[in-house]
Formats: sequence, C-alpha cells, structure tokens
Amino acid sequence: MAGSTLEIKNLHVSIEGKEILKGVNLTIKGGEFHAVMGPNGTGKSTLASAIMGHPKYEITDGSVHLDGEDVLEMEVDERARAGLFLGMQYPSEISGVTTSDFLRSSINARREEGDEISLMKFIKEMDSVLDFLEIDKNMAQRYLNEGFSGGEKKRNEILQLMLLKPEIAILDEIDSGLDIDALKVVSKGINKLRDDNFGCLIITHYQRLLNYITPDHVHVMMQGRVVKSGGPELAQRLEAEGYDWIKEELGIEDETVGQNA
Amino acid sequence: MTVETKLPYDKSYVENYSVNQNEPAWMKELRLQALEQAEHLEMPKPDKTKINRWNFTRFKHGAEGETFSSLKELPAELEEFLDKDNAPENLLIQRNNSVAYSTLSKELRDKGVIFTDIFTALKEHGELVQRYYMKDAVSVDEHRLTALHAALMNGGIFVHVPKNVQIDVPIQTIFWQEDPEAALFNHVLVVAEENSSLTYVENYISQNQNEETVANIVTEVIAQDNAKISFGAVDNFASGTTVYNNRRGVAYRDATIDWALGQMNDGNTVSENITHLIGDNAVSNAKTVSVGRGKQIQNFTAKIVHFGKNSEGHILQHGVMKESATSIFNGIGKIEHGASKSNAEQESRVLMLSEKARGDANPILLIDEDDVTAGHAASVGRVDPLQLYYLMSRGISQAEAERLIIHGFLAPVVNQLPIESVKNQLTQVIERKVY
Ligand SMILES: Nc1ncnc2c1ncn2[C@@H]1O[C@H](COP(=O)(O)OP(=O)(O)OP(=O)(O)O)[C@@H](O)[C@H]1O
Ligand SMILES: [Mg+2]
Repeated sequence: MAGSTLEIKNLHVSIEGKEILKGVNLTIKGGEFHAVMGPNGTGKSTLASAIMGHPKYEITDGSVHLDGEDVLEMEVDERARAGLFLGMQYPSEISGVTTSDFLRSSINARREEGDEISLMKFIKEMDSVLDFLEIDKNMAQRYLNEGFSGGEKKRNEILQLMLLKPEIAILDEIDSGLDIDALKVVSKGINKLRDDNFGCLIITHYQRLLNYITPDHVHVMMQGRVVKSGGPELAQRLEAEGYDWIKEELGIEDETVGQNA
Repeated sequence: MTVETKLPYDKSYVENYSVNQNEPAWMKELRLQALEQAEHLEMPKPDKTKINRWNFTRFKHGAEGETFSSLKELPAELEEFLDKDNAPENLLIQRNNSVAYSTLSKELRDKGVIFTDIFTALKEHGELVQRYYMKDAVSVDEHRLTALHAALMNGGIFVHVPKNVQIDVPIQTIFWQEDPEAALFNHVLVVAEENSSLTYVENYISQNQNEETVANIVTEVIAQDNAKISFGAVDNFASGTTVYNNRRGVAYRDATIDWALGQMNDGNTVSENITHLIGDNAVSNAKTVSVGRGKQIQNFTAKIVHFGKNSEGHILQHGVMKESATSIFNGIGKIEHGASKSNAEQESRVLMLSEKARGDANPILLIDEDDVTAGHAASVGRVDPLQLYYLMSRGISQAEAERLIIHGFLAPVVNQLPIESVKNQLTQVIERKVY
C-alpha cells in the first residue's frame, strides 16, 4: 500500500472554553494534495494546530488517526515521529539555538541512539536543500527564526519539511509573505516531495499558490466546519468570485466561528 | 543568632604563615593589620540574601599539592578543562595552595610579561605587587570578608603586561582545590599597563560534596590607559564550599575590561563583579551566566560605576534556576556626577525550571548626571510553551527541547568565552548542572 492515511472525524476543538471547530471530517492519503481555503477566522489554523497538538487547543470530541493509530493520544513529538509535520503560520523564534543545530536534533530525533546522522552527511544534505531553496547558507548558522523576515521564516519551514520528509504534511499559509520568486521556489520544494508516499494539506487564501501546486481536492471552511469540497476548479471559482456564493448557497450570514449555521 | 565572631586563625598563625612564605615585610604587616580589622568589621550585606548563617569560619587553612611533571599526568577531573593535544602555551595549575604546573611562552617572557603565582610574585616583583595589591580596586577594610581575605591569603597569581605589549594568545589558570577541606583565599591580580592587551581565563574547581570549606576570592583587574583586558572565568566549586567571590575591575582612560563569567558553583555563593570606569571613554561589557540547583542560595551582583566622561557600561546576566535553588541578580549601573555622555545599559534574565526555584532580578540605575543615557531590562520567566511546542513538532523530545532552549538562553555569554576549550567546558558544566 502506498503512503499513510490521516483520518479526521467529527473533530471538535475549543480554545479557552470557546468552541472553534465544530465537527471537521477530512481524510488525506499518501499521494494526495488537499487545499483548505476559507475566510479569516474560520478555524483553518485551529485544525492544523489541533492535529499537531498545540498546547492551547482542547479536543472536546471526535478523532484523528494516522494509519489507524490514535494521534490524539500521542505527545507532540510522537506525532512528528509518527510522520506528521506542520509548517506553521507563525513559527516561534528560538534565541541561542542555531537553525543548523535544531535541524540536526530534529533529524536525529527520528533515528535510534547510536545511529545519529554524521556531521558530514548532515551538512551535505542541508547544503543541498539550502541550494535547492535558494536560501543563503549563512541562515543555517543564525538563531532559529530570530530576526528572520516573514519570507525567510516560510522558507525555513519548507527547508525543515524537505529534510524531515514526513508522511503527511500540513502547511499553514506557507505562501503568505512570499514574493513571487520565493513562491516559485517554495512550490518547487513542495512539488519535489510529491509522490505516493507523501500526502499534503495546504492551507491558503490564494489561488496563486495553487497555480504552482495543483491540489487534488479543495475544501472550504466556514464556522469551524468543512462546508464545501471539490476539485481544483473550486479554488479557481473562489479566486474569481469570493466566498459570497457559498454563503448564499448554504444560507450562512456570518462565516466566522462565533456563529452557528 | 548573631554572627560568629571568633576567627579561626590567630595573630601568631598569620605571622608564621607569612614568615614561612618569605614574604616581604609590607605583606606581613598588611596581613596582621587586616586580621585585626577583621575582628571589628561587619560581614558584607548582599541585597536580599541573608548570609549570617553561612559557613565562613569552618575550614582548614593550608594544604600543599603535588606537582605535575607534564600535562600527561593530569587527573581525569582536570582533563576536560584543557585541550591536551593543543595545550595552552601559557598555563598555570594551582593545586590546593601550591603550583602544580606552570608554563609561559618564551615570546611572552621576552616581552617582559609576568605570569606567576602570587608568592613568587611577592618575592620577585614585590614592589610591583605592592603598588596594586588591594589598593586601586578592592580595599582591605570593606568588610570582614575582604579583611579576612587579606589576612589569610593563601594562593593566587599575578599577571603583568608591560606597556605597549599586545598578547594574542590567552593566558589560562586552573585553581584546583583537591583537598576537600582546604580553604582557598585566592588573590588574582591582573595588570595591563598603558596600550597593552591580554586575554585571561580562569577556572575554579573542587569536588567536596560532603566536606565543608570556604573560598574567599578577591580578583583585581587593572587596565591602564588604552589597555584592553578580556577576562573569562568558569567557577565550579562543589556544594560543600561556601564562596565569596569579589572580582573588580578598574579601567582608566580609553581602557576596556570585558568580563565573561560562568558562575557555576554548587554551594552557597556571593559573587560580585564590579567595574569602575575611571577614565574618559572607558568601556566595560560584563556578561555572566549562572545555574542554580539543589538548595543552593546565591547572590550575584554585576555593577559598573561610571566616573569618566563618555564611558560605556553594558551588563548582561542570564541565570537558570532549578529544583529549590534561590538566586538574586543585582544589576547596578551607576553614573557619577561629571561622567557626561556616558551610557549604562543592563539586562537581567532569569529562567525558572521548577515551581520551587526562586529567582529575582533587581535592576538598579543610580544616575547623578544629566547628560547621559541609560536603560535596563529584566525578566523572570519559564520556558515558553510555544517554543517547546515548535521544537517538539519536529520530533524532538520534551527533555531535548528544553535542553536546546536552555543552552540557547545561556548562549550569549557562553559564546563570549575567549578560549574554545573553556567554552566547551562551560557547556559541559551547564549540561551537568541542568540535567
Ligand atoms: N486564544 C483564543 N481565544 C479566543 N479565541 C481564539 C483564540 N485563538 C483563536 N481564537 C479564535 O478562533 C477562531 C479561528 O482562528 P483560526 O486561527 O483557526 O482561524 P484561521 O481560519 O486560521 O484564520 P486566518 O485565515 O486569519 O489565519 C478565530 O475567530 C480566532 O479569533
Ligand atoms: Mg490561520
């Protein structure tokens, strides 16, 4: 069988007592690219964060399974080692820890003790990805995300993605803040990973990313749910017409999560 | 309870000690006078830390140590302090109260650099030592501990760099208290004459976890006009040693004194690092890292006093507290009247790793001049859960993620240490203390 399967069922998530996700269902299989779109404040980042195990989000109902394993039972690091990756909308800055040391620790975390990647091999791998993503090599010696520009942070997330080679990746607005050239480079990176063993959920506001990375499925979130799914043509229609037609179709007045349909 | 007033060693002991060391008369006199003063002087009163029950009186005063004929003989305890294959050219190892090993490159000897233990210095360079010893920096009668130090001084070194001599390679000393009961009254005197420069690094080590003793250290660092001194240290006394460590710098016109101090003792510690910027345009950067663990109580003071115009003082203190450790971090920037155009900056950050740990950052600015700039920042906090989450989301375990964050937190000072082997050693000490 090719690739892993991430299965999200009836997921309900609260933050500080306020329910944000109200029953999300989604299945992502190896080889598939999914796009999740939706207006601001409709729960997209909440979905991504809850899957990865962000400490602020509380799961109140539903399930997430990766190849049948209960993801919600796992610690954050276990989720990562099981094959999940989240490219974050707002990655943390970590002073005093170089990007390179962090990357090496991340790679070694997936390997047995005594089988750590050699420094030579690590540098070689890192350098080739840095080249591929057209990132200045000095960045590896800078402290993780500290003082990085918005675009540099996003490239750094893709650098991690490419080095860690997860089974299923969730990329939260990986395109925001990128200039046109960076957008191309980042897309090139994501497309390079495309194969039967890699599934990806791309959260984005813009069709322009999807021009480079063609999704197999497109989902629209409103009010903390997936309210519509379709093929790549759905994203194109959203780009052209906005969200009003969906709201009309579904009788939604306020799409944010505070409201109930 | 009041302070224990009885001194453990009397006049005849001190007199004999001085005579046995063949010290010059002025030194004997200074010791005896100090002993007398010690009886009347008060203990120091570090802000917010009570030290009156600490052990400053139970110790053994003299202990010899055997010499090493080569670095190959170094015991395991010391190996990590040196890169043996790349041994420093200028190194002194003090074992208890004796010199166990000492080397100074021919080049530096030819240039007139003095780097020797304090007793040899008293014999061979008595006048030079007398000119600086407890004069410009620390005074004998500041309080009981400085007086006791002067009376009972039983180790230390003298470094003297002549005018216009620039030293590129570092000078390193290791003070090893091998005898678990032996007290160390160490005196380090570093003098850089006009237009000279040097990098000096020292380590304090002991292994006494059960035996109690005392370290009472005075370090005086003098930078004459336009001299530059980079001073690095890793203090690593074991939990049985109560430490009073007074490192003081005096910088004259256009001089710079930079400090990078790893304050890693395991016992109760009062550590003060004060620099007086006497001359115009004098500069000091004081960077310290500390880790507290167990039940130890520590009080750290980093202080820069501006007298000279256009003088520049920067203090950066980072501390990590775990278990039930308690620490006070005093950061003091003082600008005297007349020190116009000066700048006093300071930053103190404390990271708490447990509920019971206590950390307190006290930023103080005392300014007696209008035309100056000054700033301070202080914080006491815990490991940021979002940083942990980010690291763990890449598969890194919580323990390893915390380790990365803590090392990162201490990095600004660790990276400042001027010798690679000492930097690595500090990293190892941190590793040991934090995990
Ligand atoms: N700590 C919090 N307390 C209360 N509400 C919160 C908190 N954090 C997030 N929310 C709310 O949850 C809702 C969903 O936020 P989320 O970040 O998932 O939206 P999003 O779809 O990713 O939006 P965007 O497109 O702007 O990134 C928003 O209304 C937000 O204000
Ligand atoms: Mg979002």
